[in-house]
Amino acid sequence: MLREFPADLHVHSALSPCAADEMTPEALVRRARSQGVALLAVTDHNSAANVAAVMAAAHARQVAVVPGVELQTREDVHLLCLFGELETVLDWQDAIYRALPARKNREELFGPQWLYDVAGRLIGKLDRLLLAATSFSVEQAVAEVRAREGVVIPSHVDRPAYSLLGHLGFLPPELGVEACEVSRRADPAEVRQRFPSLKHVELVSFSDAHRLDEIDRPRTVFLLEQPSLAEIKKALEGRDGRRVTVRGLPVN
Amino acid sequence: MKVSLQQIINELELSEALPGVGKDRTVSGAYCSDLLSDVMAHAQPGDVWLTLQTHQNIVAVAVMAELAAIILTRGMRPDPDTLEKASREGVPLLTTQLPAFEAAGRLYCMFRRERGEC
Repeated sequence: MLREFPADLHVHSALSPCAADEMTPEALVRRARSQGVALLAVTDHNSAANVAAVMAAAHARQVAVVPGVELQTREDVHLLCLFGELETVLDWQDAIYRALPARKNREELFGPQWLYDVAGRLIGKLDRLLLAATSFSVEQAVAEVRAREGVVIPSHVDRPAYSLLGHLGFLPPELGVEACEVSRRADPAEVRQRFPSLKHVELVSFSDAHRLDEIDRPRTVFLLEQPSLAEIKKALEGRDGRRVTVRGLPVN
Repeated sequence: MKVSLQQIINELELSEALPGVGKDRTVSGAYCSDLLSDVMAHAQPGDVWLTLQTHQNIVAVAVMAELAAIILTRGMRPDPDTLEKASREGVPLLTTQLPAFEAAGRLYCMFRRERGEC
């Protein structure tokens, strides 16, 4: 039986140096749950080191978690990379670390990178610089994620910075991505009109929350049999009755 | 006032990724940007375009904006897809070891000299 899963698949934990310290796995899951999120992905910049902690926190609250990461390509394009299993995102993380410059984070410039264990305890800080471009091109990244049976959703494509359309001008048709994310204050219909290359892809909208109060009622709702990546993939491709819908903007 | 692409190749000692393509083109100016959306909106037809981006989309942008040539700066090499597309579309693809600042500076001097301004 198909059910509705309000989803937020783009949230940063305190591991992302630009996210607030309050974004602990426990607190962000609690907030997501209170806003009606049934399907959650924590997608930190170039790292999945807090995904296990978020999965553990979510398990106790009946929130399903999709393991993910927000990758920065060599074109400075941000891509949401979503996977079926924790092991797979960690394997992808190893590849990302090899493709990142070996530099240390400078906390006074970028912010701290907090690490949590599965029990939700603060265990320290990640030393390496996460806010940097990997050596993967957009095409290489998509191929690598697909080889791990993952899904790539280019982030906030309507924005000028760190976005596929901002940096590369249009969506390369050969890339074959199923969906793109529009930012939380963008109107998907307007974005589609503004960027003709988005004509044939689904548009979804997530919070990209860096603070707790930025996690709000999900605009994107998946119609799925169960909350898994395989089902999400089907919904993005409109197969077997699975669907995804995005609510328009709330009237201000 | 226009200069030929050949003059620019000589002046900046550019390497041709696609030898012979478009050398007789005339160039009316230059534009520097690594945001393709910005180039689509603001570069002028006949400009050469200085960029670090090597992705195949640069070829489509150059065709759409009617640019005279693409110059990859700071030793960047075109991706294989990019080279193939540029060859198919007949877009001159040039490379230099110079960083964008210096390449643009030399071009600027060249254009002023041609106008008799310095």
